[in-house]
Amino acid sequence: MDARIRIRNTKSIVFKSVVVFLAFMITIPLIVILVYIIKQGVMQVNWHFLTNVPAPVGEPGGGISNALVGSIIIVAMSSMIAIPIGMLAGIYLSENPGTRLAHYSGLCVDILQGVPSIVVGIVVYFWVVKPLGTFSAISGSIALAMMMMPIVIRSTEQTLKLLPDTLKEAALSLGVPYHRVILKVIIPCGFSGILSGIMLSVARIVGETAPLLFTAFGNPYLSTSITKPMQSLPLLIFNYATSPYDDWHNLAWGASFMLLMFVLILNISTKLVTRKWNIQL
Amino acid sequence: MPLLKNKRLDLSYSQMKWETVFKRLLIAMSTVLVIIVAGILITLIVQSMPSIKSLGLGYLWGKVWDPVQNIYGAYPFLLGTLLTSFTALIISIPFSYAIAIYLGEYNTRGWLSNLLKNTVELIAAVPSVIYGFWGLFVLVPIVRSLEMKIGVAPYGVGVFTSSLILAVMIIPYAASLGTSLIRMVPSPLKEGAYALGATRFEVIRSVILPYTRSGLFAGILLSLGRALGETMAVAMLIGNTTTIGNTFKDIFFGPGNTMASVIASQFTEADHTVYLSALIELGLVLFFVTVIINLVGKRIITKYTNN
Amino acid sequence: MEHSVVSATKFNAWFGDNHAVKDVSIRIDKNQVIAVMGPSGCGKTTFLRCINRMHELIPGTRTEGSLKLYDDEIYTMNPIYVRYKIGMVFQRPNPFPNLSIYDNVIAGYKLNGLKMTKADMNAIVEKSLTSAALWNEVKDSLHKKGTFLSGGQQQRLCIARAIAMEPEVILFDEPTSALDPISTSSIETLFHELKANYTLIIVTHNMQQAARVSDKTAFFYLGELVEFDNTKQMFTAPKDVRTQNYITGRFS
Repeated sequence: MDARIRIRNTKSIVFKSVVVFLAFMITIPLIVILVYIIKQGVMQVNWHFLTNVPAPVGEPGGGISNALVGSIIIVAMSSMIAIPIGMLAGIYLSENPGTRLAHYSGLCVDILQGVPSIVVGIVVYFWVVKPLGTFSAISGSIALAMMMMPIVIRSTEQTLKLLPDTLKEAALSLGVPYHRVILKVIIPCGFSGILSGIMLSVARIVGETAPLLFTAFGNPYLSTSITKPMQSLPLLIFNYATSPYDDWHNLAWGASFMLLMFVLILNISTKLVTRKWNIQL
Repeated sequence: MPLLKNKRLDLSYSQMKWETVFKRLLIAMSTVLVIIVAGILITLIVQSMPSIKSLGLGYLWGKVWDPVQNIYGAYPFLLGTLLTSFTALIISIPFSYAIAIYLGEYNTRGWLSNLLKNTVELIAAVPSVIYGFWGLFVLVPIVRSLEMKIGVAPYGVGVFTSSLILAVMIIPYAASLGTSLIRMVPSPLKEGAYALGATRFEVIRSVILPYTRSGLFAGILLSLGRALGETMAVAMLIGNTTTIGNTFKDIFFGPGNTMASVIASQFTEADHTVYLSALIELGLVLFFVTVIINLVGKRIITKYTNN
Repeated sequence: MEHSVVSATKFNAWFGDNHAVKDVSIRIDKNQVIAVMGPSGCGKTTFLRCINRMHELIPGTRTEGSLKLYDDEIYTMNPIYVRYKIGMVFQRPNPFPNLSIYDNVIAGYKLNGLKMTKADMNAIVEKSLTSAALWNEVKDSLHKKGTFLSGGQQQRLCIARAIAMEPEVILFDEPTSALDPISTSSIETLFHELKANYTLIIVTHNMQQAARVSDKTAFFYLGELVEFDNTKQMFTAPKDVRTQNYITGRFS
């Protein structure tokens, strides 16, 4: 009896060791990649790097200002499209769960969330780029907005569903009309959940390349026109990393470093926001 | 009319019309979602039409892709997609499960658990183009020397390399889903087994894993869906060819293409209608496959969490 | 002729197919405390929620019959106006967690976007909190959020919030069932003070409470108003055998 138990216990310990080992192995690629990017990239970053456009092939120096500005503009525009639509749709889904529209709309949210980013890019190419006759920042923003929406919608919906009904009832019983109940009571109470959903959606699209390949397309110059092609950080990284020029590789490392830092900061901020603004219910 | 004790409240009557406007706006925005998805489907189908009409269904198993001669066959890309995705899946499963079991059962809270959880989330947060970039400069040389050792053509890039990076990228999806599912296993079930003298391993093997089996399978489906649609890292590491190798070794260790990566590489070069349309058709296939996998996965999870 | 504040004539309400309130007729006079009691599922809460038109917010519900505030049909009036005139306090205290105590009290004004001077707002806040017997306890922490208050204090805050709207009638839906006995008794004392200025209709699961606080009591059973009489009369010599059975505990 004793031997059998010892064998079973040993099996348990061995299993745990294997699990722990495999689980923590995941940290290795992350650390390796992060360290490498930081090492290669941090040297590239200086004032010149941040304020100049890439130099032509063969000329040293240059920077990524066009990509930085471009990313900011494109992401800002996407947010302006996706956040209002996403929040309103999320409100509808949480307030009217039984209706047919909620069922089909919810299904479409799930579908949209699974659509590969390259497919979104193709579709927006036909919707915006072809009619406009040119690649453009706005088409890129539309594509990215379509990817942000499901995240904003689901987090808004789930946050609002968690709020107790009594909150709405209290406001309604005071004669507050429905839209004010939602906008002035429900949304503020769910603020932290909704905000973290928004931040997560931004973090998701800030590094996206595929949807921009045939929409924003990229631009070697600094442009702020939304109806012209525009550069973004991930696009620059893709194009310059796959080029045969060392100078451009260096720019890509610097850009990777900036992008990585930004994504990291966004993710950490999201966690802090959730903790700070969580309203005690 | 009873006396309005409080005249200040008079002003709110106009709120009624805003209420209707708001409710209609909510409905409109939800409809937008349906319109978007319908639009995606319609656009993909309409734009694939030229290719569907002139190439027919044989397109899907045609082995030759030669735009110059106007011959299009999707088989190389279907093969590449399946190989990379399934290889990545197989490599990633042990790690995803290990993380899920560790975070779901062995160590559900505390600083070490949080550290691992954050690491996993960070892996999912790193943009795919950065994985591709790193892979190009670090992984490819390593794979190249490995290929020289085992006697295969030392491309460095190829299906194998892409599968490796893809595996890392999809680990978080099954891992975080698995963690939540394992944490949901009701304590009374586990306690019953412990009370009978089971070891930790036995409880995991005979209570937790069977209980979460369908949910964990859904996690695999979601990881698969993610792998199928992944474009950038694969495009940078897969070598971008349109021919199929001769032996399995050639195919697996040599360059190739997936549906997503070939669209990314060739879309802007497609100058005639059928060429472009053939690429869009790939997008249509990709759309259907990933959507179905994702919906099935989500359905399984909803059923699991409702039980 | 005396005007009743709230009067119902053959009033009915449904939840889908469920006929929850059947042909209820009742006349409630000003400045009284009316208790509404009955076993679970008897329709008392549904009827209460019809008075301030909260019932219709649930999809699939409908009503028929006459329900008046003084001479006006409640169901033809603007529902927002109805809720200004008829306030409600709920079973679980539900102050707005994102607002301070001060803002909670004048929430009915602020959330409606009504502009008022600081002086007016201060006056309303102080008056309402005083009427709700909460002023002294919170006057130094008006700008803190109400989460540190006890259950009984939170409920009094909700009462102050309803009073701030200067309603005619205040509806109470089992207002003390989630509170401890001491808080319960302080709120029952409050009912007595409030009736000077308002008409109170209180749904309660607690017979003893009905007997303690009300002038008149209505007994509901299976959707019908079985008996409505002076409380003293109701509890010593009820006219209907169903009331008698309920009071003596044959069912609850």
